Amino acid sequence: MPRANSQQLIKMEVLKIATAGSVDDGKSTLIGRILYDTKSLTSDKLEAIEKTSKQKGYDYLDFSLATDGLVAEREQGITIDVAHIYFSTAKKSYIIADTPGHVEYTRNMVTGASTSQAAIILIDARKGVIEQTNRHFFINNLLRVKEVIVAINKMDLVDYSEETYNAIKSDFSELMSKRDYENQNITFIPVSALKGDNVVNKTDVMPWYNGETILEHLERLDLAAVSNVGTPRFPVQYVIRPKTEDFHDFRGFAGKVYGGELNVGDTVVALPSQTKSKIKEIYAYDKKYQTASRRSSVTITLEDEINVSRGDMIVKEGDLPTIDKQFTATIAWMDSDQLKAGTKYVIQHGVNKVLAKVDKIHHKINPDYSGIEENVDGLGMNDIAKVTFKLNKPIFFDAFKNHRTNGSFIVIDTKNNNTVGAGFIQ
Amino acid sequence: MSTNTSHINPLENEAIYIMREVAAQFEKPVLLFSGGKDSITLVRLAQKAFWPAKIPFPLMHIDTGHNFPETIEFRDRLAKELGVELIVRNVQDSIDAGKVKEESGRYASRNSLQTTTLLDAIEEFKFDACIGGARRDEEKARAKERIFSVRDDFGQWDEKSQRPELFDMLNGDIELGQNVRVFPISNWTELDVWSYIQKEEIEIPSIYFAHKRKTFVRDGMIWSAEDDIVFRDAEEIVEERLVRFRTVGDMSCTAAVLSDAVSIDKVVSEIRDSSISERGARIDDKRSEAAMEKRKQQGYF
Repeated sequence: MPRANSQQLIKMEVLKIATAGSVDDGKSTLIGRILYDTKSLTSDKLEAIEKTSKQKGYDYLDFSLATDGLVAEREQGITIDVAHIYFSTAKKSYIIADTPGHVEYTRNMVTGASTSQAAIILIDARKGVIEQTNRHFFINNLLRVKEVIVAINKMDLVDYSEETYNAIKSDFSELMSKRDYENQNITFIPVSALKGDNVVNKTDVMPWYNGETILEHLERLDLAAVSNVGTPRFPVQYVIRPKTEDFHDFRGFAGKVYGGELNVGDTVVALPSQTKSKIKEIYAYDKKYQTASRRSSVTITLEDEINVSRGDMIVKEGDLPTIDKQFTATIAWMDSDQLKAGTKYVIQHGVNKVLAKVDKIHHKINPDYSGIEENVDGLGMNDIAKVTFKLNKPIFFDAFKNHRTNGSFIVIDTKNNNTVGAGFIQ
Repeated sequence: MSTNTSHINPLENEAIYIMREVAAQFEKPVLLFSGGKDSITLVRLAQKAFWPAKIPFPLMHIDTGHNFPETIEFRDRLAKELGVELIVRNVQDSIDAGKVKEESGRYASRNSLQTTTLLDAIEEFKFDACIGGARRDEEKARAKERIFSVRDDFGQWDEKSQRPELFDMLNGDIELGQNVRVFPISNWTELDVWSYIQKEEIEIPSIYFAHKRKTFVRDGMIWSAEDDIVFRDAEEIVEERLVRFRTVGDMSCTAAVLSDAVSIDKVVSEIRDSSISERGARIDDKRSEAAMEKRKQQGYF
C-alpha cells in the first residue's frame, strides 16, 4: 500500500463558489449532480436519496435532496438559507455556498457571494434571461466576484438547441455592458444537470459546443488570479502577552494579513496613533518566518514598544489607507426593521467596532440594472442603496473596488445586536 | 528560519482567526472538549492561536458516564500537559437530581441527555461562548450553521432567525443571558481533520485505531459489547472483531467499523477511500431524517 502523503492531502487551494438561480432553475439538482459525478456522495447519503426519490414516486434520482437541509425546506421544496457543501478533487477543495434565488432573499445571495471567488448563475434554457438573472448578476458585480459561470441549464428540454443557447448568450451580453466591474471573467456553458451533460463530464449530445464543462473550468482556475489582491493591511485582533519567565517582555500582535504580504524589516505605521516602527519578528505558532503571506494568521512583534491594541491596524509606511470619520458606501439592507436617516448603529469594519449614524440616504439602487430611486426615507429588507455614515471615531479603510476586505463592513443593530446590513465603501 | 507562511493550510488560518476572535470578543469563553478527534484538533488550534501564551480559556467535558475509558484517560492527561483548567460536569448528576430521565429499551442512549447538563453548566459558570468541534459537512442541518451561532436563554437554536455572516467578520455582540456556540472548524471535512492530525502528529485516543473488541451486530451496524452499557437481546451474539471507531461519542450511540488501520497513515488512507460518511456510524441520527435538526433546536451541540 502506498504511504499516505500529507503534503498532498492537505489542500492548499480552497475555492469558494456561490450558486444562484430561481426556484425552478435546478440549482440543487446541479449541485447534487456535481457531488454525484465527482463521487463525493457517500453510500449512505446516496441510499437516503434513492429511498426518498422512490417514496415520492420519481423515476429519476432527486439530487436536490442532497442539499436541501432544513425541515422547513423539505416541506416547502425550496432552499431558504445559505447552505455549505463540500467536495474535493485531486487538485482543489471546493466549498459551495448554496443560496436561494427568490426576490426576497437578496440578503442570502449577498452573504454567499461575500466570501466567494467564483459564482455559478443558472438560467433555465426554456425561459432565458429573466429579471432574476439580472439580480444575480448585479449582486455578483456589486461584490466583485471575479469568476462567473453562466450555466444555461435544462438544455435537454430545448432539444440541445444551439440557437437557444446563442440567443441567451446574446441577451446576457447586453447585461454585461451595464456592469461597472470590468475585470470579471464570464464563461457560458450549456448544461443539463438532470442528465449530467457538461457538468463534470463532457457530452456528445451538443457537438456544437467545444468548451469546458463546469468542473473542468473550476479546476483550471488559478486561486491567486481569482482573488482580489490589494495592498497589505494587518488589523490587530488580539495582543499576546504571555508574562512567563521565558517570554517576559513578549508583546505579539495577532491577526490576519490581508491584501498583500508583510516582511521582517518592513517599516510600518500603527493606526490610529501613526507611530512608526519596524517588523521585528513574524511568528506562525512557534516558528519564525521572513514573510507573512496574504490571508495567513500570524503574530507580529515590533522593534519599538508602541501602544497597539485590538482594532488598531498595522500598515506599511507610504501606503496608508484613508483615515476618516465619515464615508459613503453601497449597502445591502438585511433586516425587517427599516434603516432610517439619523439612526445610530454599530459598524464593524474588520475587527474594529465604531458607533455610527446614518447621515444621508442618497438613493436606492434597483438590483436589476433598472436605475435608481431618489427621495427615499427608509430602507427595507433586501434594499440596496447609497448611504453616508458619520462615525464617532475614525476608521482606516480603502475603497471596496481596491480592497475587498478593507473596503467592506457590516452594520449591527444596537437594540438587539443583530447583523442587519453589509456595506461596500466607495 | 523558514521563508514564508504560504504553505500553511487555509483552513488552519481561518480556525486560528476564529479562536482569536473568541478570546477578544467574549468575557468567559470555554472550549467544549469530548476527547474526540475534532475537539483534540480544536485544542491544537487554540494552542497555535495564542502561543507563546497559554490557551486563555478552560476546557469543559460533559461526561455521560458512558464514555470510552480510553477517552477519559486521554482527556485528563492532555489537560495536565497543557496546564489548562479542565471542568467536568456529569450527566449522572442531572439524572440523580431528577432533571432528566434515563431512556430505556434497545436504543437507550444518554447522548441527548447531555443537553440539560451542558445548559446547566453554561449557567453555572456564566459562559458566554462555547467553542465546539462541529463541522458543516457532518450533517445536512449543520450545513447551515453559522460560525458564531447565537443561542437564547434556553440554549435553543432558531434556524430561521440566524444572523447573516459576511466576509470573515464575526459579530459576537449578545444580550445578557444569550450565549454563542462557536465552530472554528466549520469548513473542515472529516478527511481534512484526519490529514491535519497526521501532519501535525497529534496524539489521539487508541480507540481510533484498529483493535480487537467484543462486539455484536444490530441493524447492520457494529456495537461495542465490552461493557454492559448497551442493552442487548439474548439472540444478539457477541463476537470478537478487529474494529476501530471513526467518531467517539457516547458508547451507547457510537458504532464501530471493521478496520485493520493501526496507524494514522492507514486511517487517513482508509478515510480517503471509504464511502460511508462519518455520521452513518452515529445511531442517533438514523432515528429520523430530521433527527439532528430537532436535537439542535433543543440546545444540543
